[in-house]
Amino acid sequence: MEEYTDKVFKYFQKMDNMGAIESPDGYGKVGNAKCGDIMEMYLKIDNDKIVDAKFKTFGCVAAIATSAALTEMIKGKTIDEALQITKKDIIQFLGDLPTVKIHCSILGIEALKKAIKNYQELKIHE
Amino acid sequence: MHRYYFDNAATTCCNEKVLEEMLPYFSKAYGNPSSIHSFGRDAKKAVSKAREQVAHLLKANPTQILFTSSGTEADNLAVFNSLKPEGKKHIITSAIEHPAILEPFKELEKKGYRVTYLPVDNEGIVSEQALIEALCEETSFVSIMHANNEVGVIQPIERFTQIVREKEKLFNTRILFHTDAVQTFGSISLDVQKLDVDLLSCSSHKIYGPKGAGALFIKHRSMITPSLFGGGQERNLRSSTENVPAIVGFGKAAEMAEQNLLEVQKEISFLRDYLIKTVKSKISDVMVNGSLENRLPGNANLSFAFVEGESILMNLDLKGFAVSTGSACSSGALEPSHVLLSMGFSHERAHGSIRFSLGKMNTKEEIDHLIHELVPIIDRLRKMSPLYKNEGKN
Repeated sequence: MEEYTDKVFKYFQKMDNMGAIESPDGYGKVGNAKCGDIMEMYLKIDNDKIVDAKFKTFGCVAAIATSAALTEMIKGKTIDEALQITKKDIIQFLGDLPTVKIHCSILGIEALKKAIKNYQELKIHE
Repeated sequence: MHRYYFDNAATTCCNEKVLEEMLPYFSKAYGNPSSIHSFGRDAKKAVSKAREQVAHLLKANPTQILFTSSGTEADNLAVFNSLKPEGKKHIITSAIEHPAILEPFKELEKKGYRVTYLPVDNEGIVSEQALIEALCEETSFVSIMHANNEVGVIQPIERFTQIVREKEKLFNTRILFHTDAVQTFGSISLDVQKLDVDLLSCSSHKIYGPKGAGALFIKHRSMITPSLFGGGQERNLRSSTENVPAIVGFGKAAEMAEQNLLEVQKEISFLRDYLIKTVKSKISDVMVNGSLENRLPGNANLSFAFVEGESILMNLDLKGFAVSTGSACSSGALEPSHVLLSMGFSHERAHGSIRFSLGKMNTKEEIDHLIHELVPIIDRLRKMSPLYKNEGKN
């Protein structure tokens, strides 16, 4: 797989979940400018259920498309269900990803894990 | 959707007149230049004419022109087949060369050659001091590109050859000087005598000629050893039946480039300056990469802070605009542009770079369309960027 699928382009341009959530219940940031990808994940969680998810991403087409896809995939899911999502699920959701871009899908999952961990830590302290 | 091409440093369209000139050599004058009958003689004459046309643009002698299949082949030939006497195993190049030079140098490094990669300053100019310090009695070959393909910076080759010639006298040795002139050939005026180079590479498809033809200028035949063995074409240096239609097109393109070189150079650099000025006036935090003074007429390499190049490129592509980027993501490499990093720029700046390379076909109106689309794209990507919020503008 060398080319982006139409669905990747669609999610690359889909801005529904782009942005930040004011005082999120969970927040995670991964990546750095050196490797070329940075992603922030903002979650609104009600009773362990993700009711809203937003992202901010610095990165290539694949990084942006996977961010947009993942935030859509996790909405309405419980945090346990969301944690089960693998890079394979995201790639399947988008049709496919070029081989050299597979790592971009891992970025999204890492941001999600970090955001959920952040939520759980905040909950303990409540 | 109307499409706009701003990637002329990658390749240009083949000019209609060039194509017309080539067409007979596919199915009418299809002889083998090595044949002595009239079919062969016609083809041979066409190749000779093209050789004169290419030589003329370089102010060289036609016998000094060796046709190759590409600029890359010419570069490889120069690095691998240039004469390097026994015991002279030190070779020099710059850190910002095209892969067609860097990769052959790495190969020679593996074979035991000592390589010096000359650094550049933040304007993209190769360090003269580093060259002076690197040259030694064991040095046999130096290759420094005439203009860089990414940032368009033109190197002071005359100054570099002067330094090399002085050291030659000092060490009483011969040091061959090669320049990759793929980006300057047909774009600015060239004179191999003034440049005082021994070898020079150029290519057809960057100057509105067809793909599949390039050339190496060789000052003296003895400076190069044969690269392909067979029927003895190209003065025994590169056997292969000549790609006659492509060579004919290359010649015609060179002739056409020469006809109004200065005029075109002026027009294109006007457009480039207009593009840079307008982008900078409409978008904040835009940086020009590379010297503005010593620059190819058509090159505008800009970094857009807080955003990544491939996402800019693809957004523009979806609107019909073709550009290029130094971001790693576009090539699948881990590191962004070695040229921008060598100039001392951050990874973020290198990742956020876009190269607009203008050609004869571009107009001011096209640039206005481009910028009209570019402004909201950068705005949207910045709103999306985690790097941008820290600037307090969100």
